[in-house]
Amino acid sequence: MIRTRVIPCLLLRGQGLVKTTNFEHPKYIGDPINSVRIFNEKEVHELVFLDITATNEKRSPRFDLISNIASECFMPLGYGGGIKTLEDMHQIFSLGVEKIIINSVAVESPSIIQEASDLFGSQSIVVSIDAKKNFFGDYCILTHSGKIKTLWDPIKWAQEAEQHGAGEILLTAIDRDGTMKGYDIPLIRSVSKSISIPVVACGGAGKIDDFNKAIHEGGASAVAAGSMFVYYGKHRAVLINFPGDEELTSGGLN
Amino acid sequence: MVLIVNYGMGNLGSLVNMLKKIGVPAEISSDIKDIESAEKLILPGVGSFDNGMKKLQNLQLIEILNKKRIRDKTPILGICLGMQLFTKTSEEGNLAGLGWFDAKTVKFRVNKDSSFKIPHMGWDTVNIRKPHYLFQDMDINAMYYFVHSFHVICNHEEDILTTSHYGYDFVSSISKDNITGVQFHPEKSHKFGMKVLENFCNN
Repeated sequence: MIRTRVIPCLLLRGQGLVKTTNFEHPKYIGDPINSVRIFNEKEVHELVFLDITATNEKRSPRFDLISNIASECFMPLGYGGGIKTLEDMHQIFSLGVEKIIINSVAVESPSIIQEASDLFGSQSIVVSIDAKKNFFGDYCILTHSGKIKTLWDPIKWAQEAEQHGAGEILLTAIDRDGTMKGYDIPLIRSVSKSISIPVVACGGAGKIDDFNKAIHEGGASAVAAGSMFVYYGKHRAVLINFPGDEELTSGGLN
Repeated sequence: MVLIVNYGMGNLGSLVNMLKKIGVPAEISSDIKDIESAEKLILPGVGSFDNGMKKLQNLQLIEILNKKRIRDKTPILGICLGMQLFTKTSEEGNLAGLGWFDAKTVKFRVNKDSSFKIPHMGWDTVNIRKPHYLFQDMDINAMYYFVHSFHVICNHEEDILTTSHYGYDFVSSISKDNITGVQFHPEKSHKFGMKVLENFCNN
């Protein structure tokens, strides 16, 4: 029986790892290569790295860094940030990365989702959706690391992405990011029930029970977390951590 | 020398990284001469069936692969799409496969509103159906990383090496004579995948 995927989602800023709150106030966490080694030892299920400044800085992905990270990773690795072309994707895959994650470029030019899916296989194309509640309590999608508002709502955009051949949706609630107060379950549920491809929930996880809620109440297929795996204790000391299988199972996850 | 056949489909980086980690000298090549002199072959693969067969045809590799299989009895390991290419046909495409197994590749049959989403993506266990060096000393907790929307159906029970379960039981690895195929990605399956690759390379 398939095990629920629990995925650390790590943010790259320059050459270092950072953690944000509501997509702002990046705080330095540590060296990405060291973190990969630690997560490897802890046998995490999958890892995701997102370069949060590449698109806004109009720069390409840092291929050298990606290569170094990939060479230490013996589990599936996803990378996102600054990917603009099929050539970028091809290069990233050849470095040993399993999935590419696209956000801004997908909204700007949705046909790239289909092209990428046809070329590389839909299971390796993840569309990342960053959603934020507006003044009226409705959700809208933001691109460029939360800097640019679009007119899309998460459900319609997720459906559009699925139709274009996306293999998976990484759904992040900007308002929950870094808070460790729990996922936005209504958001997750509204998106997962309107598409048939897997949804990875992100934004707000603070404890294993949050994973349960995202899966069983939200209908997510997998769960991602940032703060929960890089901070420890009530003073949020920086410490890379990942629960063992027994902890996850006894927490009700498998 | 273990040779990873590079036919332009698949993530060879991870495979090379893991083989390096376990200390197996491996080369990547699409050159017929290199394949000719290899002691063992790995056929990786990520992508679609027809694309895979087309690339093998365009690189004119089918003949040499068949020679290695039949004449030299070279151990050959197919991974994911690589394993599916060993079958005769696939619902994913129109081209014929290598036909090394009397088997076909089909799409997962799951109900639209089932909780089983396609692709089958994530860590899962395998049930060993017959003794084989590939799974020798398999850890009781072993799990492997799968990511696929299609799976193989064997016409001969004895070709089935392992099965796994996703909505129903399906074939997760096959073996016959010197050919083995695994649906999962050993190069992405941590120490469990490492053991499988080690077993293949050191046998």
